[in-house]
Amino acid sequence: MSVLQIIWFCVVALLFAVFLLLEGFDFGVGMATRFMAENDTERQLYLRSIGPHWDGNEVWLITAGGAMFAAFPMWYASLFSGYYIPLFLVLVALILRGVSFEFASHALTVRERSLWQWANFVGSMFAPFFLGMMLTSLIQGVPMDAQGNAWLGFFDIVNGLSVVGGIAVVYFSLLHGLHFLSLKLEKDHARHMLNASSKLYWIAYPALVAFVVLALIFTDFYRVHSITTWLITAIILASTIYGHYSAVKDDGVSAFISSGVTLVGIIAFIFNGMFPRVMVSAGGVHDLLVKDASASPLTLEIMTGVLCVLLPIVLGYIIWSYVMQRGRVSTQTLEHSPYVG
Amino acid sequence: MNILGLSRFQFAMTTIFHFFYVPLSIGLALCVAVMETIYVFKKDEIYLKMARFWGKIFLLSFAVGVVTGIIQEFQFGMNWSNYSRFMGDIFGAPLAIEALLAFFLESVFIGAWMFTWNRFKPGIHAMFMWLTCLGSILSAIWILAANSFMQHPTGFEIDTKTGHVRLRNFWDVLGNPQLWRQFPHVLFAAVLTGAMVILGMAAFGLLHKKTQSSESDRVFYTKSVRFSAVVALIGAILSIYAGDLQTQFVVHDQPMKFAATEALYKDSGDPASWSVISLINEKDKTSHGIEVPYMLSLLTYHQTTGSVKGMNTINKELHAKYDSKFGKDMNYYVPVNVLFWSFRFMAAVGFAAALVSILALWGTRKNKNTLYKTKWLLWIIGVCTFLPFIGNTGGWLITELGRYPWLVYGMLTIADGVSPTATVPSLFFTNLVYFLLFLVIGAVMITYSRRVLYQGPDGDGKIPARKGSLISDVESEQSKLANRSVSLA
Repeated sequence: MSVLQIIWFCVVALLFAVFLLLEGFDFGVGMATRFMAENDTERQLYLRSIGPHWDGNEVWLITAGGAMFAAFPMWYASLFSGYYIPLFLVLVALILRGVSFEFASHALTVRERSLWQWANFVGSMFAPFFLGMMLTSLIQGVPMDAQGNAWLGFFDIVNGLSVVGGIAVVYFSLLHGLHFLSLKLEKDHARHMLNASSKLYWIAYPALVAFVVLALIFTDFYRVHSITTWLITAIILASTIYGHYSAVKDDGVSAFISSGVTLVGIIAFIFNGMFPRVMVSAGGVHDLLVKDASASPLTLEIMTGVLCVLLPIVLGYIIWSYVMQRGRVSTQTLEHSPYVG
Repeated sequence: MNILGLSRFQFAMTTIFHFFYVPLSIGLALCVAVMETIYVFKKDEIYLKMARFWGKIFLLSFAVGVVTGIIQEFQFGMNWSNYSRFMGDIFGAPLAIEALLAFFLESVFIGAWMFTWNRFKPGIHAMFMWLTCLGSILSAIWILAANSFMQHPTGFEIDTKTGHVRLRNFWDVLGNPQLWRQFPHVLFAAVLTGAMVILGMAAFGLLHKKTQSSESDRVFYTKSVRFSAVVALIGAILSIYAGDLQTQFVVHDQPMKFAATEALYKDSGDPASWSVISLINEKDKTSHGIEVPYMLSLLTYHQTTGSVKGMNTINKELHAKYDSKFGKDMNYYVPVNVLFWSFRFMAAVGFAAALVSILALWGTRKNKNTLYKTKWLLWIIGVCTFLPFIGNTGGWLITELGRYPWLVYGMLTIADGVSPTATVPSLFFTNLVYFLLFLVIGAVMITYSRRVLYQGPDGDGKIPARKGSLISDVESEQSKLANRSVSLA
């Protein structure tokens, strides 16, 4: 295993983590349009709060997929072809959600707009669900052949751990979205969000226990990487407790950071546990390893150069866009700075 | 249907649908950026109005382009996993760079452009659209770099252990001659597409009853017609020119593709004559066309002499070249009917677009602007809104089907690239869902574009103008209640 291979494994993990960190709250906001909003105006307000950013946030997923393809073609091929149906459902969810922002702005009636808001809600819920399900199914070990093809049956994809995993990603995205809204909406709304979040957090504890127990049984993570896996588990738990505490204390910033850490922690848990494998095979016979799955050293070198040059620039203007669009959105925002005009 | 057929159908469907919106978005982004820039320099309000109005059509197109684009990146792995394994070392990097360099740029700055009309100086705001446009053009370069390798592999070596392609020289991959002939053609076709859609929609706008009675709307659409007709004319001429350059390359590089676009089974005479239309029998390998003497020599070599090799000869050559590696049973004939007609439709679209643009400019000339009264011409221009999509699809079909039977030219067959884990039921399911989804999205896209058009240039922007007139009172009642509940909470 070369240094570059390890670096690129970390880069792919990092890109997925940033994706979930940023798009996580977009998903959460989309879900909140049904769980929290009481009328059309509020729904518009919620979606307006992520309006300028959601598309850029989604690009992190595309970059993660592209980086995986470039740096680990064997991994990309095995994972994407093996999880054909779950990924297809992710795509459908992302399509429904992706068009809904633009289409909703052309609706003439509340009913018509509500159709696209529903599309957004459904997409925002199912995209993280199937992604979470895929990742937590993978770590249990899946049937693979010597060529690296994953032959997944229904119960390889849908089982106790993967369902809990999928729900966990959805659920923490929702909390993350509520915390984001608490920072982007006016004070009264904000309090409402944190209030809901502080209640919702009670479900997190049994869910985390269930997740850890199932992971102890169905993955080898706590054996293979016991120290780091327990450490990450502790971080997930600590960030959950602190997020809960912050929500109760009405501290939106801390709550938002905490739920972000939790989401990153989930990705860290998965990638840390898999290493040095990229695909965990059932019985460990045909594991796909970092050292075998990667592209050539030359490609990795070129991609490293490209990343070092482009990533700082990209981060620069992304941060600029968040700073430039900071501030809380209100019904006045909807009127004064609507979609195009 | 088998796995291969369903996978190919799915790829064709998702890519063609995506490629409706890609050139449209690039072209519209460019037009809107130019409009806004003219406003910055000339301070003429009508250009601002144009940028805002046509910007709405751009945003619709961009939204659908984005969501159909994610499919593209995923499906190489999902449906073509063996291809991804074989080609990953070359193909993955351009895709990753495309995301880093292009997708972030366009998505972040379109987000800035949409919401900051009243927050920045016009010059800076126009810059956002230029950056979006730059992003979309960069994206085209990188995806075409990946595609060009499939057409004309360069800068690689074969890994002796795995048999996969391995990168040898990145600059050779980027400097692929195929890329620098394909990219200009695609880019100018995109310019043509964006401008043609504005031109056609503006013609429909002029036909609309409301416009006939509103002087300001008439001025607006007439200005849009003149602007887009100029851009469309430039786009048409340049894309025809770039297409010619590309053809010069294809004649030598992929002679089978070229011969098929001319339905030449037997070697042509010298000088070669060109079939305007032809009755083609792919089974018996015969074609009977209406021929124009000298024309094919002129088109191919830009001179009155020179013969062109027919498919039968090329087929023999390909067998001689590849039989040792791929066996005698390979079929090297491409789908001739599709290529022949795609080429003619594409070329016809290019020339028709140029002609229509000239007519539109003539109809709106300064001293005698009669276009808004010339209903038959407006109808013709209006229908032309849809022309570029036919041309773009035709061009794409020639490029991709003309590659048959290769996925990567001379190296990997289509049949060898498909995912071994794919199943007929799952492919059938995904094909069906994509099809229905695209049908709905396409219909909504057209409906909403029409709606934008008929709301007119003044029906934009401020919420009351967009909502108040049309939304029932229930809505305002609801928002009052919302405000009340908020203040109570």
